[in-house]
Amino acid sequence: MQLVLEKRTERSNAIALVSPLIAIGLTIVTMTILFAILGKNPLLALQAYFIAPLTDGYSLQEIAVKATPLVMIAIGLSLCYLANAWNIGAEGQFLIGAVAGSWIAVKTQGTDAGAWVLPAMLVLAATAGALYALIPAICKVKFGASEILTSLMLVYVADLLLDYLVRGPWRDPNGFNFPTTAEFDPVATVPLLIEGGRLHLGSIIALLVVAAAAILLGRTIKGFEIRVVGAAPRAARFGGFNANQLIILTFAVSGALAGLAGIIEVAGPVGHLQPGISPGYGFTAIIVAFLGRLNPIGILIAGLFLALTFIGGEQAQIAMKIPLDVTKVFQGILLFYVLACDSLILYRFKLVFPNRQVARGAG
Amino acid sequence: MRKSLLALAAGLLLAGSVSAASAADKLKVGFIYLGPIGDLGWTYQHELARQALVKELGDKIETTYLENVPEGPDAERAIEQLVRAGNKLIFTTSFGYMDPTLKVAKKYPNVHFEHATGYKRDKNMSTYSAKWYQGRYIQGLIAAKMSKSGVLGYIGSFPIPEVVSGINATILAAQTINPNIKVKIIWANTWFDPGKEADAAKALIDQGADVVMQHTDSPAAMQIASERGKLAFGQDSEMIKFGPKTQLTSILDTWGPYYIERVKAELDGTWKSEDSWGGLDSHMFAMAPYTNMPDDVKKIAEDAQAAIIAGKLHPFKCPVIGQDGKEIECKGGANLADGQILGMNFYVKGIDDKLPGK
Repeated sequence: MQLVLEKRTERSNAIALVSPLIAIGLTIVTMTILFAILGKNPLLALQAYFIAPLTDGYSLQEIAVKATPLVMIAIGLSLCYLANAWNIGAEGQFLIGAVAGSWIAVKTQGTDAGAWVLPAMLVLAATAGALYALIPAICKVKFGASEILTSLMLVYVADLLLDYLVRGPWRDPNGFNFPTTAEFDPVATVPLLIEGGRLHLGSIIALLVVAAAAILLGRTIKGFEIRVVGAAPRAARFGGFNANQLIILTFAVSGALAGLAGIIEVAGPVGHLQPGISPGYGFTAIIVAFLGRLNPIGILIAGLFLALTFIGGEQAQIAMKIPLDVTKVFQGILLFYVLACDSLILYRFKLVFPNRQVARGAG
Repeated sequence: MRKSLLALAAGLLLAGSVSAASAADKLKVGFIYLGPIGDLGWTYQHELARQALVKELGDKIETTYLENVPEGPDAERAIEQLVRAGNKLIFTTSFGYMDPTLKVAKKYPNVHFEHATGYKRDKNMSTYSAKWYQGRYIQGLIAAKMSKSGVLGYIGSFPIPEVVSGINATILAAQTINPNIKVKIIWANTWFDPGKEADAAKALIDQGADVVMQHTDSPAAMQIASERGKLAFGQDSEMIKFGPKTQLTSILDTWGPYYIERVKAELDGTWKSEDSWGGLDSHMFAMAPYTNMPDDVKKIAEDAQAAIIAGKLHPFKCPVIGQDGKEIECKGGANLADGQILGMNFYVKGIDDKLPGK
């Protein structure tokens, strides 16, 4: 007797909608047990994780700030993934965007350059991110190189380039050799939306990106092309869609968005270029893209939810003295359940009796 | 359903505020840690100090820490979370928290901040660090005595003044024993990465080093030296259990007394923004027992330690000769000025290497 996963012939839309809720429910049950074992009050702990961060303006702002780069990168990645192009190197495109945009900030430092500085930084960062993403895309289209490997390896190149610049030519001359540029001038800084808060213009840009992606995928022929090439490559070929062209296009868009996210992070919450500007945003965004089912609105929700677990995790550490490791376990359990529940939408368990047993029955 | 949920939430909030009220008379002290508390190095020593603080003043204070906080965009939020949770004195324990700490400090003028190893201060933001170069000087004496090949291996983290002054102090000390001593330096470009640190240690030993010194935080180099039958110095914490026959001594970060002193000042209302840069004499750090060396070497080390504490020995006694053979301007009278050491970005004569970024 064997337990196998069998593909369902048809999928239920109702289950597809309920499945994330089931996953969250199962996570809460599991965490309740875990908190109880740790000797913490599960109700208070869950309150610290999920409810407390949603009840004051400060935490809501922080959730938006944390979600901004994740959502922007994940939207770009979702276009790639829908078109069956596997961009794993968003982290590198994020860093290159940050570096390219910072170049203007560093070069204009201390001059009375005008209001053009920030827009120029944003444009240059997006362009650089797109060009950087085109390297693996062109290698894929021209030479058949695996874009998964090439895009991933370019992350390390970007990382080392940033490292070199902040330790060498761009180092703050008054910074005692520490690897960082000087703080950017006000004209090179992303404006804040709320006085005294941290919410910045980048969050608005992220929302615009979500809306643009929703329109692109839902209402345009290009969006239709992307979806068909990914879902049914043969049909797409018959339809005259050029898959290679789409790989180039989706990689460029996704690189541009990652690069834009990079400069917004550096010119926004950080304020200068330094190593470690990304705590793995480019990789976490892959999770966000899939948690959001490659759907723009889904990604927005998934990005906000993941940000909530970060902020909630910190508040649980402070209020309940719950160790950080528990937050990581919590995030892992959540992902596990989401993926497990998703599998059950498309597949079902089936008991299989191998032939051997049948033969014995016959004999 | 919704009503009962609301009632539940209200009840929980109420419970929260009641417990907050009962703790209101205690001073809340917060800590931001770079690594996990189990890193056995830098963060672990801060955690030990926090525990010492709780042991001493536990009836008057309540402490909270956030661990594994990256030195990037998340740091500012983590610090602000501690402020918003009611912490009145906050220790941010790594250099990379400097700008985030300063930003939060400007926003909350009534909260006091203590930032480790940085150089920016404000009315409500102190800095504190230790004169580790004194310990490095003692290690340089021991290393030169114990090395048979005359080659020392040095794993640097980042070429910042704290690390550069450590290398210079080591070599200046070693030259007093063996004028031809050589030092091989590898920059790991990380504070904590056991894999990289181990690779660096292997490379240094392959280049002929028989004493390994490190300015990175994990015991990996100690373990490699131990496997290869070489000698090594620990860093930040006691690492003898990773090399019982290998560790000569270790620079131990002992933040406890400083934390207790500063929290007491906060409790008394006498806290002031300061720049504390303590040495062996003020117990900002300590040397682990001198082990795996003959008695005469041990005596040299102990004598040097006593002389440093007594103020009779200064590792950067003028004249200090730079790598180019020119004398470094002596701004501190008999010794280099503190500012010259805090901003040190040159190698002394005898180091056959180029300082990155020079």
